[in-house]
Amino acid sequence: MEIDPFIFRLSIFILSIFIGYYVVWSVTPSLHTPLMSVTNAISSVIIVGAIIAGLAGNSANIFNSSSIFGFLAISLAATNIFGGFLVTQRMLAMYKKKKKDK
Amino acid sequence: MISANLSAIFYLISGVLFILALRGLSSPETSRQGNFFGILGMVIAITVTFLSIGDFSSGFVYVFIFLLIGALIGAFIAYKIPMTAMPELVAGFHSLVGLAAVFVAISAFLNPEAFNLGSPGDIKLGSLIEMSIGAAVGAITFSGSVIAFLKLQGIMSGSPITFKGQHPLNALILISIVVVTYLLCSTQSANLFWILLAISFLIGFLLIIPIGGADMPVVISMLNSYSGWAAAGIGFTLENTALIITGALVGSSGAILSYIMCKGMNRSFFNVILGGFGATDQISSTGSKEQKPVKSGNAEDAAFLMKNASSVIIVPGYGMAVAQAQHALREMVDTLKKNDIKVTYAIHPVAGRMPGHMNVLLAEANVPYDEVFELEEINNDFANTDVAFVIGANDVTNPAAKTDPQSPIYGMPVLDVEKCKSVLFVKRSLSPGYAGIDNDLFYKENTLMLFADAKKMTEDITKNL
Repeated sequence: MEIDPFIFRLSIFILSIFIGYYVVWSVTPSLHTPLMSVTNAISSVIIVGAIIAGLAGNSANIFNSSSIFGFLAISLAATNIFGGFLVTQRMLAMYKKKKKDK
Repeated sequence: MISANLSAIFYLISGVLFILALRGLSSPETSRQGNFFGILGMVIAITVTFLSIGDFSSGFVYVFIFLLIGALIGAFIAYKIPMTAMPELVAGFHSLVGLAAVFVAISAFLNPEAFNLGSPGDIKLGSLIEMSIGAAVGAITFSGSVIAFLKLQGIMSGSPITFKGQHPLNALILISIVVVTYLLCSTQSANLFWILLAISFLIGFLLIIPIGGADMPVVISMLNSYSGWAAAGIGFTLENTALIITGALVGSSGAILSYIMCKGMNRSFFNVILGGFGATDQISSTGSKEQKPVKSGNAEDAAFLMKNASSVIIVPGYGMAVAQAQHALREMVDTLKKNDIKVTYAIHPVAGRMPGHMNVLLAEANVPYDEVFELEEINNDFANTDVAFVIGANDVTNPAAKTDPQSPIYGMPVLDVEKCKSVLFVKRSLSPGYAGIDNDLFYKENTLMLFADAKKMTEDITKNL
């Protein structure tokens, strides 16, 4: 009997939770705020679904009720992706070590 | 157009890059590289999506337009936002992830063919369950984050809003979410789908209103976690590995942060979620308050004390963020260092309104990160230190947490500030902190209270050094 592909996805999911668990515990507490902003940015990979949804309308009717939600979701996720990564970049650039010569 | 197998492999690669992005945050040196991996992963995921659809017809123009709108708004916010507003920003971003998840779920429900999930009214059962979970969690994330945002921004009062029957009502709604999901899956009715969304929005709202301002670090972390689970739910619907991996990472990341924050307050997660903390205690503490002598001083006294010290530990708290005193503080510390005084910073896990809040503000003020220490790293040093400079913190220094079993914060890990030879406490008044309890530290022999705005006081001290 064949295994349902769902089981494989579930396996990936469960194993990723464990990876997340160990990786996040190793994050230094002083970087917890950048951690939140970067997790925000990466969870916006949901834009993948939004793009599929946006392009689902046929060429005669680009804005049907389903694709309009896709387009809106694209904007929301894009705000998050750009905002999240850039603000993380901005924060991380501020973390500096003590200058040796002092 | 690329094959489904090839695109699945690219999604896997982008998932791995996201793991590396989080891994990079284990130290500030590798963190920038980590962020780059994250960006790369995102670029790969988006590019592969375009390639796998492969139909470059008129719709693409609109995709780019909407993408560009979001990108411009996001970039604008990222450059403009002051570092003190980071908790609000993160809460706002969580709400967007939640809403995006809801929109994608709606879209998939209305047009399941586009996602290979069946046809309207006849969606595959598994997909419908995943979709419902993604949509419900997304909706809760959205409305909960909006409330958190409003509270942090000060538009809504930070004090807990409680009413009679709150918990039974919430329990009832949560049960009805499960029931509606079950009915939705058995009938495929669109109306039930809208009802599910509506009650999920409602419960998100109701869950966050009873939680007070200083519990926000837990709330933000928790919503962070929810946004991950919502993304994972949608990932299952779309059968997309990148989304499943990311959702799991973000979900467990938020959960760990919530756990760390709860531990920092010595409270159970459940206790925070039920809310209302600080609302009841305040009344009891104002009742029988005898007048105890307090030593208060001015900037000159403080400057004198610090000039004659050989080591100083700075304890920042939310008050520093409110007064935007971090730059003035750094200038004061620079002057102290010129006088060969050793200065370090001690940060309590729940100082501020979100995990790591104080660290970011100090980094913004150019404080090197190797002068900043966490509670367990520095707590033994207080005993050998001349002066502790407490700026905008209160409850996290209260010795009652160690000595008074009656205290509501008993058992909470605190900074042993009272072990210093002398304590300088910058505070606007003697009013109790968030937990609504008096701080014994105010009345100690070796404590000097500096009643003033944190920023102004720090500037004055610098002038007097």
